[in-house]
Amino acid sequence: MSAALDARTIGGPDMASRLRHWAWRNSWTLALLGLFVVILLLTYLIQPTYGAAQLQGLAVGAMPLAMAAVAQAIVVISGGIDLSIGSMMAVTSVTAAVLMKDQSEAAAIPVVLGVLVLGLILGSINGTLVVVTRVPDIVVTLAMSFVWAGAALVVLPSPGGGSADWLTGMVKGPLGLDFLPRALVVLLVIVGVIWIPLRRSNAGLALYGIGSNRLAAFRGGVSVGRTKVFAYMLGGLFSAFGGLALTATTGIGTPVPGGYTLLGVAAIVLGGVSLAGGRGGLAGPIVAVFILALVRTDLTLLGVNSNLSTVVQGTILIGVVMFGSLLTMRQERT
Amino acid sequence: MPDILLEATGVAKRYGAVAALRDASLSVRAGEVHALMGANGAGKSTLVQILTGAVHPDSGTITVRGEKYSASSPAEARKGGVVSVYQEPSVIPDLDIRSNLRLTKTPIEPFRHWLQELGIGDLDLSDIARDLPLATLRVIDLARALAIEPSVLMLDEMTAALPADLTERVLHVIGSQRGSDRCIIFISHRLIEIAAVCDRATVLREGATVGVVDIDAGSEERIVALMLGERAAKSEAQMAANAGSGPSLAATTTRLAARDLAVGGRLHDVSFELHAGEVLGVAALEGQGQDELFDILAGARRADSGELLVNGGPVTFRHPADAIKAGVVYVPADRAEALLMQRSIRENVALPSFAGFRSWGPIRMSAERTKVNAAIAQLQIDTRAASQVRQLSGGNQQKVTIARWVAGGVQTMLCFDPTRGIDIGTKQQIYELVRDLAAAGAAVLFYTSELKEIQLVCDRAIVMFAGRVVAEIPVEEADEPTLLRAAYDLPKDVLMPEEIAAVEVGGDLAPPGAPPIVPAEPPDPGPQVSA
Repeated sequence: MSAALDARTIGGPDMASRLRHWAWRNSWTLALLGLFVVILLLTYLIQPTYGAAQLQGLAVGAMPLAMAAVAQAIVVISGGIDLSIGSMMAVTSVTAAVLMKDQSEAAAIPVVLGVLVLGLILGSINGTLVVVTRVPDIVVTLAMSFVWAGAALVVLPSPGGGSADWLTGMVKGPLGLDFLPRALVVLLVIVGVIWIPLRRSNAGLALYGIGSNRLAAFRGGVSVGRTKVFAYMLGGLFSAFGGLALTATTGIGTPVPGGYTLLGVAAIVLGGVSLAGGRGGLAGPIVAVFILALVRTDLTLLGVNSNLSTVVQGTILIGVVMFGSLLTMRQERT
Repeated sequence: MPDILLEATGVAKRYGAVAALRDASLSVRAGEVHALMGANGAGKSTLVQILTGAVHPDSGTITVRGEKYSASSPAEARKGGVVSVYQEPSVIPDLDIRSNLRLTKTPIEPFRHWLQELGIGDLDLSDIARDLPLATLRVIDLARALAIEPSVLMLDEMTAALPADLTERVLHVIGSQRGSDRCIIFISHRLIEIAAVCDRATVLREGATVGVVDIDAGSEERIVALMLGERAAKSEAQMAANAGSGPSLAATTTRLAARDLAVGGRLHDVSFELHAGEVLGVAALEGQGQDELFDILAGARRADSGELLVNGGPVTFRHPADAIKAGVVYVPADRAEALLMQRSIRENVALPSFAGFRSWGPIRMSAERTKVNAAIAQLQIDTRAASQVRQLSGGNQQKVTIARWVAGGVQTMLCFDPTRGIDIGTKQQIYELVRDLAAAGAAVLFYTSELKEIQLVCDRAIVMFAGRVVAEIPVEEADEPTLLRAAYDLPKDVLMPEEIAAVEVGGDLAPPGAPPIVPAEPPDPGPQVSA
């Protein structure tokens, strides 16, 4: 073996160049983080009293959407799309709320675990239908979104039910430091514990593989169908976390939640996940969710008509994404 | 007699009405590099896909080391020791090389060893596959396949996208596997490579194995003869029917001229002239730059360098509309590319005449109808299904795409394999139509994947290989063996056409009518219609 090869295998690149490599790979997420800080500073300028309590409120409000975005990101990375995430959140939210109403604190533990399993089951039904029927993902999950939405209304026709105190306590308030919202920590821990080991596993590589180039993955020995079902199961699991977050943050079950499905799609696009599959991660979409939430807050603080503020949100979304693809185009040309 | 490592007998596979494989057999010894040969559509790729488990055969038996072998997926084939390197890279573009290796459970150290052997040992494994050049990805595919120590390694057109130095390294490594306990099945359009590394060759024709040839001096001719079969003998009659039908070149004007057209690594210094009243054939194996050439001529892509002249004046096409305005129109092989499938014949034919943005206002229906009806009548299009062209047969659809240009008065027509997948009767009509257009003064550039069409339709032919025009052949000499030899860029064909004719008289090039060479099955009695 040559000396050059030995140097690489033994010494490896030094810390600085590794850091540079990492920053280059995650440049979009880092840029979003910068954008978030800028908007946060703007918020202070608009409203000098904006402080720890408001930050906690922001995190609590953003948590369900963050879970929806994570669920969508995983499915989209694997080359699919799941339009039933919002409806799955509704089903899991009302199931949890109905089962926890007037029950003891301890009884809520199996309920939470059961709801997470329910999410896995809903997701695996979506995935199996996509794989077995070979109907396009977008059609299957659109149809299933009606099914799950109806099921949620059957379980609980109008907002109600309850939430265990410990569940609500998990997302409310700060954690240790005043400006560190508990909801944010819980969100990052849940996503991190599941995603970081998964991403490094073969199953995680397979998710990116089938999204990036299905045929190459198939020829490389990846079971495309099984991986696809797995992706939808993870989508279902995070939808269940989203449903639980809805119940925990509001204290009740919501059979008709807001437009989490499409807002989630917007967040992952802003977060650098390619809708063509195979590209992106989960950090970007989470930051994107917080940006979207903070922009909405700012517009409210500025007293902008709430109907007009959605116009502004949409404009920001398309502007940022266009800017990103312009940069990529310029990069590829040189 | 060395051990037979892989044996396939009577393998057949049908896709609907099309038989991709009828009766393929293949027997490969351990330690052998075995070539799998055949013209386009002979069934090579289907056989490879069956062996790797990507496609399931309808019948036939396959054994590996004497044991029955059947793989239902590439993953299973790998476990059985059968691995393939495909025509296009099989790495995941969005993952780095290390992750790609982990995903396919490839051991890193042997992989590095093979990279070293193949001359790219300095590759950084944390590079994202998308950012690497195509040639590197092909070599990575090969190193990855070798690293898992397969019993049977298949290389499908592995060298097609490689530069010369890498090709040499790859061939060296392949050659070094001779005498090992594995075998390599090697598919390439380049006979020189076959001669360099292979021990034997199995030749497929129209889905069946027609012969096995030991590779030695002169075996190239036998392989070509086997690939062609007795079709070679027929060409003389066709030649007589068509020879001399074209105009004399001196008397005509140049409609379209290409000067040194080049695109990236795909097209180099392509020059030719196309005259009014002439049908110029283009013959080439798949992927030799003909797609890029036609795209440039039709305005769908811009050349990196070179010049294009229409009627003597230089032109720049930024869009197909520019080409159409300059009188250069395009008939693609895939009708779906050209037609509005859900719309009527009339609208499809009339489309180019009112596609211009500047022609606002109502369409003059009566004038349009007259023109369209005339074109439909001239082309004998079956109008029973006039409301939606998707209900027409493939042949009639192709006639509609030609009719739209006839209706507008065609000057220069680019036909890219216009008879692909069309029944024989309609093919004949399209040949006649093209000849009629040329007789009326149009210039036609005619690429075809069926070499025998050149003599049926064209006045002369140019042959492309690896992005260059390597030969120009007058129609009298453009029979299938000559074209095929030129298309494979055999050394003899760097000769000028008149020299080829001289050699042919001398009998060096196995002229039609020579005794058949080692056929594995008796020649079919009647004339054959190619699929």
